[in-house]
Amino acid sequence: MAQSAAPAVFPQSSAAPAPITLPVRAIVPWAVFLGVLMLALLYFVGAEQGATALVSGENVHEWLHDGRHLLGFPCH
Amino acid sequence: MNSPTVRALLVRGMLAGLAAGLLALVVAYLLGEPRVDTAIAYEESHAHEHGVELVSRSMQSTAGLATGMLMFGVAVGGVAGLVFCFALGRIGGFSPRATAVLVSGAALVTVYAVPFLKYPANPPSVGEPDTIGKRTTLYFLMIALSVLLGLAAVVLGRRLAPRLGNWYATVVAGAAFVLAVGLAYAFLPSVNEVPKDFSATLLWQFRLAALAIQLTLWAAFGLLFGHLAERLLAPKPATAVDESAAAPPVAASTG
Repeated sequence: MAQSAAPAVFPQSSAAPAPITLPVRAIVPWAVFLGVLMLALLYFVGAEQGATALVSGENVHEWLHDGRHLLGFPCH
Repeated sequence: MNSPTVRALLVRGMLAGLAAGLLALVVAYLLGEPRVDTAIAYEESHAHEHGVELVSRSMQSTAGLATGMLMFGVAVGGVAGLVFCFALGRIGGFSPRATAVLVSGAALVTVYAVPFLKYPANPPSVGEPDTIGKRTTLYFLMIALSVLLGLAAVVLGRRLAPRLGNWYATVVAGAAFVLAVGLAYAFLPSVNEVPKDFSATLLWQFRLAALAIQLTLWAAFGLLFGHLAERLLAPKPATAVDESAAAPPVAASTG
């Protein structure tokens, strides 16, 4: 087997149709950490200083105004 | 098989999301911005009060738009990468590339298309400022509902597969999803706050542009991320000559 540059190489031959499955235990920590981070990011793009506001003022809303409209979020 | 693989997939998800966001930004700038400008012109001709301009229009339509699109791309790319990690090998015997495209298509349908059909994107001056809270709640509720129903449909399809076979299990699960979404549409309150003399053509064009942006984003993400995931997970020199042709010194060696 020529196992070239990939960081993760599987012991068994992946040529067989048997699908690769990643164990849930390996995914959950990432899902919690990064999932939450990404959802916070989406909140800032989509809703901050719209319906609710963590930061006072209108700057976040105004800066993201066009993207919010065009991405389909209710803006104002 | 382990945490480094998940991490590598996540990084690729965010990178593919960034690239897809960049493409979506081009579509948004070319198709979306002219409509936003026209809608703002309408808004100002009917102006109530318009206070100080905090961010200029030229900044909003360039740097501001880019911030929104790229942040959105990275964020949904990261989440979709995580969903891909769960989906791989669990939704059927699909290759990483096919799984990526399926996850991307499912995301487009559940996160955008289904909520869009009930609560479509609105240009500036459509929508009462007083109802922003209600509209935001309904929109996010619709997204959450649609994603949950989509997940339920996948689980249902997997349960039915041994009895009905993959094809009919998928058809039944899809029909159940459509039915459930139809019920949700029927019971959730409608929102219609288009001003009386707002151009119907402009509204239609704005919404088509919004749809085109999401279509671009998810199509690009699915294809790009699929390519990267396939390369990471299935480095097979024998069949993948077309993609790993960059430097294939071992391409012909193994059999």
